[in-house]
Amino acid sequence: MTVTAEPAVERSPKHRRAATTDRVKAENRLGLMLSAPAIIIMLLVTAYPLVNAVYLSLFSYRLTNPDQKKFIGLRNYVTVLKDSLWWQDVFTTLLITVLTVGVELVIGFAFAMVMHRIIFGRKTVRTAILVPYGIVTVVSAYAWFYMFDLQSGFINSWFGLGDFAWFSHTWSSLLVIILSEIWKTTPFIALLLLAGLAQVPEDILEAAKVDGASAWQRLWRVTIPNMKAAILVAVLFRTLDAWRIFDNVFIMTKGANKTETLSFLTYRQTITRTAIGLGDAVGVLLFLSVLLIAFIFIKGFKVDLSRVRGG
Amino acid sequence: MRNSIRLLVASTLLTPALVACGSSGGTPKLTWYINPDNGGQVRLAQKCAAQSGGKFRIATSILPNDATSQREQLVRRLAAKDSSIDLMSLDPPFVAEFANAGFLRPFSAEEAKGFTDGVLQAPITNATWKDQLVAAPFWANTQLLWYRKSVAKEAGVDPTAATFTWDQMIKAAVQTRRTVGEQGSKYEGYMVWINALVASAGGSILDDPQAGADAKAAIDSPAGKDAAVVIRDLSRSRAASPTLGTDTEEQARALFQSGRGGFMLNWPYVYGAAQAAVKSGDLPKSVVEDIAWARYPRVRADLPSKPPFGGIELAIGNYGKYKDTFALDAVRCITSAESQKAYMLDAGNPAARGAVYDDPDVIKLFPMAALIRSSIDAAGPRPITPYYSDVSTSVQREWYPPSSVNPDRTPAKTAALIPKVLKDKVLL
Repeated sequence: MTVTAEPAVERSPKHRRAATTDRVKAENRLGLMLSAPAIIIMLLVTAYPLVNAVYLSLFSYRLTNPDQKKFIGLRNYVTVLKDSLWWQDVFTTLLITVLTVGVELVIGFAFAMVMHRIIFGRKTVRTAILVPYGIVTVVSAYAWFYMFDLQSGFINSWFGLGDFAWFSHTWSSLLVIILSEIWKTTPFIALLLLAGLAQVPEDILEAAKVDGASAWQRLWRVTIPNMKAAILVAVLFRTLDAWRIFDNVFIMTKGANKTETLSFLTYRQTITRTAIGLGDAVGVLLFLSVLLIAFIFIKGFKVDLSRVRGG
Repeated sequence: MRNSIRLLVASTLLTPALVACGSSGGTPKLTWYINPDNGGQVRLAQKCAAQSGGKFRIATSILPNDATSQREQLVRRLAAKDSSIDLMSLDPPFVAEFANAGFLRPFSAEEAKGFTDGVLQAPITNATWKDQLVAAPFWANTQLLWYRKSVAKEAGVDPTAATFTWDQMIKAAVQTRRTVGEQGSKYEGYMVWINALVASAGGSILDDPQAGADAKAAIDSPAGKDAAVVIRDLSRSRAASPTLGTDTEEQARALFQSGRGGFMLNWPYVYGAAQAAVKSGDLPKSVVEDIAWARYPRVRADLPSKPPFGGIELAIGNYGKYKDTFALDAVRCITSAESQKAYMLDAGNPAARGAVYDDPDVIKLFPMAALIRSSIDAAGPRPITPYYSDVSTSVQREWYPPSSVNPDRTPAKTAALIPKVLKDKVLL
């Protein structure tokens, strides 16, 4: 049984326009004026750079050689999409995203349950679980890096791994990056799921218990269906976050040993190589991939962002 | 890494203090972007500001620890025509790119004379773009072969012999179960190693580097192959550091000072650093007494080696307010023979002016001064091209990790990649 209250049916825009009175018009105008400053600032800080990036991506343009700026149409995009490095980075980013979000969802759910059900030391436990999320990513990246680093780390001596160089191999580097990412952001998922859990009506759970449902059945048949929206929002936010992962890679490996992600690729083309045109093409493609992920979630899984709180 | 954090902390604490203590009203302020050191440049800045008799003061701003990030920050600022960059400490391979983009104030022939008088040739060559001096040589650097006397003795080799080769060194290290410390992380230091090997084998990475985007790769050659053989042999032998693929200068030094140290290729700062470690009680004195030095080993027994070249060139930002006035005075003071000697004694970084190497104080602190000077004279600089950063990253991409280097394929693949990168035909 699923108990998800349907929201009140919204009036279609057409219908609304028909019923416009002078007062509604004035209110609309006031609303627009009040939100105008925020919208203008949003346009300035997000839309302008975005449009500029799209524009620049059509040029062959080096920051250190501005005289030879040349319009080349979509050739930068062809270069990027034909390059094996791009696809390798897509794969690496995908791998990191799927693994981190998958593991975080499971651990985060367990944490949310603990935070939800705990009776003694509630505040302490909740704080302890949330601490990693409060740490700056660069700092946590350094902490994990030094833990596994051969000269300063203790992992190898604890586990008797001798000279194993974690950051000299692709899989071990990725493992540390993923572990660090999971450690750092699981609290975020746990927090969103906790909000979802709080919305699951106790009486339904009790009714299920009376009907003889086991704990497992109650979890899968009652709790999870009732917080589907919260789960999907949590997964969507984390997926978009993980897809743009940068800090951990930058600190730990600088993209060496095939650990480069798409954000880092963009950074290196634009900032390090100063190839603005080519780099912006990568950046625009990264942006489009983010849009695609958001689209798949919102249309495909019917995530309603206004219903974060589990319906 | 740990050093860089310490420097970062020091810089955030120091910079505001410097700015604050010199805020004497209308005195013009020059900002000098410096690479991290032990504070020697800050002390020079204070000295030169004092010498100006109140005409100007110099605030320093510390750049990131590695050369690539230093370049990144400067390029970003200069591309936006940042007028706060009056002076900058620039790594030699990036001078051409900056000069070509118009970021540096070039020196007239007359000004150049004072900056190049008695200066070694390598730093001058690296500070020149299109026949014009665009930066003043401040200090010059090179790598030496550092070794443990006891290890060389046990292996029965003489690293100071003129024809001592990489091959002999690797075999000696394997035989004595010791290591050869090098910089094999994916960063500029690895490029320094590759370039020195290729140059020592009689080749070069680029043909006609000045042609910029039209330069041709020359690394697919017998010299490129010889260099690849050295890297393959070392990285696959027991003499390699277990973390060669992530080692930078400091890791190589730690390895060399440890019980597994045998040989190491590194800049002269390691000698002062080892002595400092003894003073602070982190290293037994016997280790430093066991350290000796020789010229960079040969790749081919019949060709003299071409050691790496490094250091810092002091450039004037082309968008600064005082670029034709106080900035020039400051550069004159900072790069004077007297300042270079003071800096060499203070920070342990070798001077660009030759006469400093004959100074008794310098020789006392750097018993190997004559070797440093002759190594700088014999050095094989990295390609002087406005696209240096691209060339370096291309080489690093194909040659990394060191254990993957294949003499039959790596140089050829690099030569195929470079022209495509220069013309923006591939991602990098």
